Amino acid sequence: MASGALPLRRPDLAPETAPALRATDLAKAFGSITVLSGITLDLHAGEVHAIIGENGAGKSTLMKLLSGHLRPSAGHLDMGGQRVAFTSAAAAEGAGIALVHQEILLAADLTVAENLFLGREITRGITVDDRAMNRRAAEVLRSIGATGLPQDLVRDLPLAQRQLVQIARALLDERKVVIFDEPTAVLANKEVEALMRIVRQLRDAGVAVLYISHRLEEVEALADRVTVLRDGQMIGTYDAASLSQRNMAELMVGRELAMLYPPKRQASKAAPLLEVGGLSVDHGRQSGSFDIRPGEVLGIGGMIGSGRTELFEGLLGLRPAKADKVVLNGQPVARRSVAAWRDVGLVYLTEDRKGRGLLLEERLAPNLTLLALDRVHGAFALNRGKEAAALDDAIRDYDIRVRTVHLDAGQLSGGNQQKLLLAKVMMTDPSIVIIDEPTRGIDIGNKSQIYDFIDRMVRAGKACVVISSELPELVGLSDRVLVMRGGRIVAELGGEEITEANVVYAATSSRSDTPAEDNP
Amino acid sequence: MSIASAQVGAKNRGWSIRWSDMGPFIALGVIVLLGALLNQSFLSETNVLNVVTRSAFVAIIAIGATFVISSGGIDLSVGSMMAFVTGVMIMVMNALAPSLGSGAIVVGAGFALVVGALCGAANGLIVTIGRIEPFIVTLGTMGIFRALITFMTDGGSLPIDRGLRDAYRPVYFGSVLGVPIPIVISLAVILLGAFLLYRTKYGRRCAAVGANTDVARFSGVPVARVQTTAYVIQGLCVAVAAICYVPRLGAATPTTGQLWELQVITAVVIGGTALRGGKGRIWGTVAGALILEAIANLMVLSDMVSEYLVAAVQGVIIIVAMLVHRFAK
Repeated sequence: MASGALPLRRPDLAPETAPALRATDLAKAFGSITVLSGITLDLHAGEVHAIIGENGAGKSTLMKLLSGHLRPSAGHLDMGGQRVAFTSAAAAEGAGIALVHQEILLAADLTVAENLFLGREITRGITVDDRAMNRRAAEVLRSIGATGLPQDLVRDLPLAQRQLVQIARALLDERKVVIFDEPTAVLANKEVEALMRIVRQLRDAGVAVLYISHRLEEVEALADRVTVLRDGQMIGTYDAASLSQRNMAELMVGRELAMLYPPKRQASKAAPLLEVGGLSVDHGRQSGSFDIRPGEVLGIGGMIGSGRTELFEGLLGLRPAKADKVVLNGQPVARRSVAAWRDVGLVYLTEDRKGRGLLLEERLAPNLTLLALDRVHGAFALNRGKEAAALDDAIRDYDIRVRTVHLDAGQLSGGNQQKLLLAKVMMTDPSIVIIDEPTRGIDIGNKSQIYDFIDRMVRAGKACVVISSELPELVGLSDRVLVMRGGRIVAELGGEEITEANVVYAATSSRSDTPAEDNP
Repeated sequence: MSIASAQVGAKNRGWSIRWSDMGPFIALGVIVLLGALLNQSFLSETNVLNVVTRSAFVAIIAIGATFVISSGGIDLSVGSMMAFVTGVMIMVMNALAPSLGSGAIVVGAGFALVVGALCGAANGLIVTIGRIEPFIVTLGTMGIFRALITFMTDGGSLPIDRGLRDAYRPVYFGSVLGVPIPIVISLAVILLGAFLLYRTKYGRRCAAVGANTDVARFSGVPVARVQTTAYVIQGLCVAVAAICYVPRLGAATPTTGQLWELQVITAVVIGGTALRGGKGRIWGTVAGALILEAIANLMVLSDMVSEYLVAAVQGVIIIVAMLVHRFAK
């Protein structure tokens, strides 16, 4: 299928007023490298306009151009028909454009109100007017449905409430344009709904909302129009109602998506590779018994906070844990540490890529080889030739897209970081690979490559454990699913039983009556 | 097994120079140039050898400090530890001199290495097993070592046995092929340090622990062992410096090695090693030690600033170096 089957470009809305923000032929180059070019888009008051694209498509750059954080190399911006050129983010803010950052940028030891007014305090004479600020803060917080009080310390707020404070900060002054940069990346489902309500509220109040997101279901639910970017080029602007999520994904990737999930394998009848009995982690807060079979993907489902990561970190010796029985290939396993497990062929790929997976300020090669230094070791010392060759292999085999190998890991995009991490654990040639959130925060092209990789690995007789909060992924990949709730394994699903509904039911209902119950 | 069907290979194989890493060497070059312009005798052979020899001690200890700092720690006790090790070594040598003659020097030196390693191990174990900030731990041991040397010398001087002086003298004043022995020894320590940090598993793990303890843990690195080893390396370096230093003064006193921690940490930091850990620069540290000694030397030669202000100038240098780091980004 080519783009012919896709919805046609929407005819102009022919709005009676000039767009709140119009970009004309916007481009950005850093030195000789053009990262964005030919961007022309209109943003109207009272619409939600989504920007979608794979990682590296230029979404962040576009957003920075629109919010004054970067200056365009070519093209120009108009607001309400007037030519504008922002020399700084403050200038853009002054003109009524607010940006809600993806990361939480708040001072944890200050109160909510102090954060909201940081740098633009209301003063009376030479003293700050705390009462006026608290009053105004309370209004804004109430208007977006935040439960936090102006006097609360940000440190004491849960992550989602902090995100709301950040949104409140953007809305403190009258805004014509509000740009959300992946606002739901850190939020759980319930909080996502609250956020979507705020976005709709803004739209109804006549604000022009630019919404950048990875999550296509959100885009489908929220957006009036969708602009697709790919490789720094604008693919087009579409009427959201005419696009399905699949259409959007295909426009982003630029090709028809093959089946995202590989076909299921035959149920594994083989003897277990690893048997774990009576594993108890964090002094019993998480516990469970399970086995892992060769040639299967074992999915681990459950809500966030159900103890999935903790259970496996305990198995790896990364948390205090004890076990009645740990048997690998019929042999009892005596030492359970990351290094000991690696030596017997079991590795764990953390969900926390940036905090626990990669040394962001270190080059690619030392990152790649850290878990498997013996493999690049000569007689007396590390062999740099072997190390460089290993990196070349990894870049080729795992399709890590880099312009040069002389990069720090932190300079890679999320998808490429995940592939580097995958290459890192695979360097030890494991027979069991435990992957925690294999595709968190990475784009759909990289996702399908990782799914395909998992499939081929398992078909080659290895075993893979996939811990995932993304239900379609869990259901699409797994041959068998264990569901956790409150630190216990509450259900085992196999074959036809593996459906999103069954997983959610087991993960949330207080009494599970799904088959093959484990640890009731 | 691979993800990609076909992809291009790696690009731009070969060297890439990070100019930010060249800073200490450029600074050293500028100072040497400035010195040559300010004073004719600055580049004379005697003066150059003198400067390099004097910097050797700080350099040797600073190599150890490069390991500690790149593993994410800090050791403030090196100056006091050096004095303490010197005192213990002299006592052992003096006690053995009547029976072993000049063989006492060898035994004493060996003993010094053991004591140095143990002092480092004490620092390292308190930091890792006790889980206490290294700043506090080594502040404590700094006081302890300093008090012990004051106690051992009874507030005065602990001289080395007269019978040993002549045999021991060459370790500081002798030379091999015209190169003073302290320089030879420091070169050996530097090369060993560079090999260990850049070419071995230990060095890689040391930097990983300093850069991000969690990543190291999740990559199977024995974090506590790596950190403790860094302090032991530091202790050994202190002992080597002590062994070379004793013949120069011939005694241990309560002020031996005083404020050396300032010089050592300054040398490491101006050499480009990140104080927060993760980035160790052995050759930068060497350049740092040379810069410090060259500046002190220039101050003495040129009479522009009182030599009593040397420590003040070094204090200024470390602050300026940190400011340059901050604003070069």
